Amino acid sequence: MQSRASEIEAGAVEPPTALQLFTGFLALGLTGFGGVLPMSHRMLVEKRRWLSDAEFTDLLGLCQFLPGGNIINLSVAVGLQFRGIRGALAAIVGLIAGPSLILIGLAIVYGHYENNVTLQHVFAGLAAAAAGLLAATALKIAAPLLGKPISIVIALLCFGAIALLRLPLLPTMLILTPLSILAIWKYRS
Amino acid sequence: MIALLMALAGIFSELSLLAFGGGNTILPEMQRQVVEIHQWMSARDFSAMFALAQAAPGPNMMVVTLVGWRVAGWAGVLVTSLAKFGPSSILTGIALHGWKRYKDAPWRPIVQAGLVPITVGLVSASALLIAKASDHSIAMAAITVVCAWLSWKTRLHPLVLLAGGAAIGLIGLG
Repeated sequence: MQSRASEIEAGAVEPPTALQLFTGFLALGLTGFGGVLPMSHRMLVEKRRWLSDAEFTDLLGLCQFLPGGNIINLSVAVGLQFRGIRGALAAIVGLIAGPSLILIGLAIVYGHYENNVTLQHVFAGLAAAAAGLLAATALKIAAPLLGKPISIVIALLCFGAIALLRLPLLPTMLILTPLSILAIWKYRS
Repeated sequence: MIALLMALAGIFSELSLLAFGGGNTILPEMQRQVVEIHQWMSARDFSAMFALAQAAPGPNMMVVTLVGWRVAGWAGVLVTSLAKFGPSSILTGIALHGWKRYKDAPWRPIVQAGLVPITVGLVSASALLIAKASDHSIAMAAITVVCAWLSWKTRLHPLVLLAGGAAIGLIGLG
């Protein structure tokens, strides 16, 4: 499949403008309930055809490798690729502007009623469900660790250090990450 | 006020560069800083903010915006957003240039696989901390367990599960 980005590189098609990048990611930010990732593929590859499937997978691979939210990083990478720093700013601001304003509105409402017992119960229920979603995410990403005892031990050490001992994140990561990488490197098949 | 904003900037720019595996991995550290060290809000409030951000549209890490708002209003939103999204974005920009060279390097999949156990540990820690702050009754703990199971085993939309949890909270079982 001829990708849009390579057509653009060949000069056949105009790259998206900073304004188009802004509106594209603005719409994405406002439609992505419960995770923006599936929607971002639809927007970038199927609807606007800014990226081919392969380019999307490739860029997402980079974004998952780096720290930060995947979609946040993806917006920066896409914007930068087409319109430089201006494009990156347009894309990331577009992505977070809508949700930020909505959330501030909701926070103002929450602030007004936070001592209301009913609202407290609603939020306790909401947070209990959100904790469940997090637990499910953890279970899903933990599945590939089965049969890798060293990785399981490292995951448990990390959990214990952070959740039970409440140690700071930076030193915990500085110790456990190299250990984990070393273990994978040593026992890779 | 300036000291407050400086503290927010420091905390969130560090978190920005530590968020390997996405935003959910830094929740425990964010909670430690915001609730335990600086005592800007209670653990219950922090969990409520996180839940609110999950139920609203947008990327995963919008709880950052809410913390900024809660602690220092509009200035707080601006500072936390810049600090949380700036450093990782600059890193993305820099890495984009080298990516073509490094994406096939032999060490890349090893490093990436090495980060997985850390991500698993951190996301599990996030789940426990959010649950601890909200599960004050057996009914609430049951919501957490049932939601985890449903989200793990079925394709139910997360919003349906969040709405279900909120509804059970509303009828007062909490």
